[in-house]
Parts: sequence; structure tokens; C-alpha cells
Amino acid sequence: MSATGRVAATPEPPGAPLQYLLRLGDTSLVLAQRLGEWIGHAPAIEEDLGLANTALDLLGQARLLLGYAGEIEGRGRSEDDLAFLREESDYRNATLAEMPNGDFGDTLVRQWLLDAFQVPLYEHLAGSRDPRLAEIAAKALKESRYHLRYSAGWVVRLGDGTEESHGRMQASLERLWPYTLELFDPDELDRAVLASGVGPDLSALQREWSAHVDVVLADATLARPAAPHYRWYGKQGRHSEHLGPLLAEMQHLPRVHPGARW
Amino acid sequence: MHPNPDWPLYEIFVRARGGLDHKHVGSVHAADASMALEHARDVYTRRLEGVSVWVVRSTDIVASDPAETDALFEPARDKVYRHPTFYDIPKEVETL
Repeated sequence: MSATGRVAATPEPPGAPLQYLLRLGDTSLVLAQRLGEWIGHAPAIEEDLGLANTALDLLGQARLLLGYAGEIEGRGRSEDDLAFLREESDYRNATLAEMPNGDFGDTLVRQWLLDAFQVPLYEHLAGSRDPRLAEIAAKALKESRYHLRYSAGWVVRLGDGTEESHGRMQASLERLWPYTLELFDPDELDRAVLASGVGPDLSALQREWSAHVDVVLADATLARPAAPHYRWYGKQGRHSEHLGPLLAEMQHLPRVHPGARW
Repeated sequence: MHPNPDWPLYEIFVRARGGLDHKHVGSVHAADASMALEHARDVYTRRLEGVSVWVVRSTDIVASDPAETDALFEPARDKVYRHPTFYDIPKEVETL
């Protein structure tokens, strides 16, 4: 097994390209890890369980997607190998997913922006020409619809809550908004999966996302931030400074004790 | 102490399968009924326990007074004839 973990070199077989599966799987995996950091710290035990449930759903999505990615790659790497033995620059998650938890409101804004992305994403992918990916997306869609109901509910409660909660939610939104552009900014790979009928049209996705976001923001009495000038490209492996420490914690045990089992 | 003292308590009732009754399974704190439904889902249906959930504000449940237990329930104690055990059941009847 390769220890260096560079995954881009092999030619892509038909079906979903490896790099595209990594984008999908890594976003769910990194977000799951972030949500897992809340366990034992959420403001109420019911929310603790709610965040953990969402984290486990996302982890399940990541397992299916990375397991499939490993098969596509054809180098014998398992879902665990891909999760625990890849370097930061080989991760293909959207940058937004790796943003630190902040307070409960920050976490819920990040969650909502990504849930609102994953729901239409999985809706499109459920009709993908890659049948395996379509199956995974159909399963994930049910989970993400619940996640969106939960996170959008909190965005409205806190946005349309007290003066304090409203101000903090608006500030969270301003901080996290710049990282949403990447989700809808098609690069070569996005165009390739669109052309092959595997992936969605990101401009259609953006319209659906935007329509949902505007409805919730209106309910939450929050203002839509202005379009940012700078775009992040975590999906191309260029990450913020926050992913490294997250991976260090997540990968520590399997790297120190290779092959350790429960 | 619960960190959200403003959140009222809701009693949770879960229907395990279609056709069965909703059964009381516990309670959650929540700001309102819709949040209580989400909390109930997250706390009490994690292991496929249910297909339907009811939530009821705990304060909306009217309970019998434990001090009146004797007056309410004792009179039924010596009326065994209310149990349907005094009939001869024909052999042909299998499930009664």
C-alpha cells in the first residue's frame, strides 16, 4: 500500500471519477468530525444527541462514498485508508465543512449552509448515470432532508430570537458566507461530471440553494451578505489553516496504532 | 439542573409499529412543540423504535392524585367477576 497517498495520477475509469467521490465523501467526513467535537459540550443533552445523530449520518455517507472511491481507485485502499492515511492536501472537502465550530450558532449556520447544499445535490445525484452513486445519494438524501429541517429551524429561532442571538447569527453568516461560493463555482472536474451525466449542473444547484436560503433568511430576519471577492478551493485540495489540526486529531489513533481494532 | 430552565418539559409517546398504540417512553425539554418533536426523534427513535411520535406538554397532562389511589382503584379489587374468566371457552376458539 502506498504511504504517500497521491491519488490523482491514475487515469479515470468510466462512472464517477475518483476525485469527484472524494469531494463528496470528504465534505461529509470532515463535517461529521466537526460535529463530533460537540459531543458532551452541546447546550442541552437533546441537542448533544441531535448533533451526534447528524454526525453519524454524515459519517455513514462518507463511508459509502469513500468505500466506493477506494474501489474506483483500484489500489486496494479501504474507506479507513482513505480517511486516515491521506494528507491534508489530498482532502477534497469543501472548505466550509472544515470551519471551526465556534459557538452553537456558528455551528448551526455552517450546518445549514451545507445542508441546504447537500439536499439539492443529493436530489440531483439520485438521478446520476452512475447507478452506485445514485443509490448512495438516494439514501443520503433522506438524512440530509432531516438535517436541513433541524438546522434551518435553529437558524430561524436564533436569527429571529433575541437582539443578542440575532446579532451573533448575522455575524456568523457574514463570516461563513464567503466559503459558500466554492460550492457553486464549477471547475474542470465539475464540468466533466456534468457532461458525463454523473454530477449536477452547479448553476441549477445554486438557484435551488439560493431560493431556499432567501426564504429561511427572511424568516430568520437575517440579511443576505454581499458576494465576497475571494473564493476558496478546498475541493481542489487548497484548504484553510483549520483542516490540518482537525485531521491530526482524527487520524492520530490509527496512525500511532496502525491496524488497531475495537 | 437543565441548562435551559426556560424550556418546558414535554412527554413523549412513540408508536413502535403501525397498528400499535403510542406508548409513553420519557420526556424531553424543548422551546416549543416542533422542537420537542425533533428532540424526541433524536433521543427516542435512534434505534428504529418508532414510526410515529406524539409530544404533549407535561403540564397539559392531568394526573390522578396518589392520595386518592384507594378511593379510585380499591373498589375494583373485590370485583373479580369483571374479569372474563367465568366462561367456558369452546375448544374451537383459538385466539381469545
